[in-house]
Amino acid sequence: MNLTLKIYRQDGPNAKGRMETYQVADISEHMSFLEMLDVLNEQLVAKGEEPVAFDHDCREGICGMCSLYINGEAHGPDRGVTTCQLHMRKFKDGDTIYIEPWRSKAFPVVKDLVVDRSSFDRIMAAGGFVSVNTSGNTQDANAIPIPKTDADKAFDAATCIGCGACVATCKNASAMLFVSAKVSQLALLPQGKVERTHRVLNMVERMDKEGFGNCTNTGACEVECPKGISLENIARMNREYLKASLTADKD
Amino acid sequence: MALTGLFLITFITLHLAINLLTMVSKDAFNEASHFMATNPLIQVMQYVLAAGFLIHIVMGINLTLKNKSARPEKYAYNRPSANSGFSSRSMIITGMLVLVFLVLHLRDYFVELKFGDMNGFDNDYDLVVTLFGMWYYTLIYVLAFIALGIHLNHGFQSAFQSMGANHSRYTPLIKKLGAVYCVIIAAGFSAIAIFHFVNA
Repeated sequence: MNLTLKIYRQDGPNAKGRMETYQVADISEHMSFLEMLDVLNEQLVAKGEEPVAFDHDCREGICGMCSLYINGEAHGPDRGVTTCQLHMRKFKDGDTIYIEPWRSKAFPVVKDLVVDRSSFDRIMAAGGFVSVNTSGNTQDANAIPIPKTDADKAFDAATCIGCGACVATCKNASAMLFVSAKVSQLALLPQGKVERTHRVLNMVERMDKEGFGNCTNTGACEVECPKGISLENIARMNREYLKASLTADKD
Repeated sequence: MALTGLFLITFITLHLAINLLTMVSKDAFNEASHFMATNPLIQVMQYVLAAGFLIHIVMGINLTLKNKSARPEKYAYNRPSANSGFSSRSMIITGMLVLVFLVLHLRDYFVELKFGDMNGFDNDYDLVVTLFGMWYYTLIYVLAFIALGIHLNHGFQSAFQSMGANHSRYTPLIKKLGAVYCVIIAAGFSAIAIFHFVNA
């Protein structure tokens, strides 16, 4: 198939961005979206032009590196997939495809379609962990009984790959789905319950400092999330936060 | 937003119940109206209600401004309708429409009843009903209630989610209740306005 691509280009973090139009021909419907961009970049390199910079790594939907706002949706028009898992068969011959980077104050553009998502790392560093003594006699986690439903909910929350599609798609550029998934996966398990009070307070504080917006429950994040992270997690984090802010000791 | 929203939801439900009396009997409404104007607890609640409105409005505007600033660069091409409902994305717009209506509503009724000369009428019922004789007044009311209905369609269930009340067993019920509730409010108030316009 032949396609017209409208791609956001920005030479560097402080450069002014622009939309550029490119043509690609003979794209196979079996290609992934990123393979289609590889074809474009080969063309650009052959012509001596600067290739389009975009994030990618595993290309099998598990690393959380690929992003892209495709035709007005995070990870494109398909559901439950990342951009690397998006097949070109979802498009038609002659289509015009808009490709833009994630847009958020907390995700500044590095170059073209690449954004800096280290704000997520800083939120994790603020509390997204359990402090475990690894001196050599760590208890076998399987020895601690955990209700099946809790284990399932924690696992579902833990499938978040931190790609940032929730932020990109939210009209408020809110990171609540990401942060709540991380808070939930730990708060639901015995090992994580020990630090739950300060975890939620610190992670939310960091989230606000990073410049993400606030949740207004539009539910767009849940729809666009490639891993199907549920809004239940946001409600759980709201409960955790409410409880923690009422009961946390004074520092 | 959630707490003040649920408080205002309680108020508007009571308001609708009293207003529905205008379609039942003149005396019943006048009596209810008199009770609301004289009961000491209600007098105190008037100030709580005003505070509830103010907090809800100021917080709503503040929230919108903060959220807008979280995305300084807009998308060239965005399809929000693919993943979210219209009512959830238009809360500030429907909220502002209701606010404009609220100013008009307070001037014509609340101020007249409490501080004015009641437009020359000797009872609350006649003051309320007469204004609906004007077609444009009824139309403004109906449009405002549609805006309020859209606002509540998102607001009702959203308030529960914000307070952490999300449960696989109850959330579907809350969402259905919210959908029915916003129709009852919008249709109920609109019906009153249209009823008095037709009977004027």
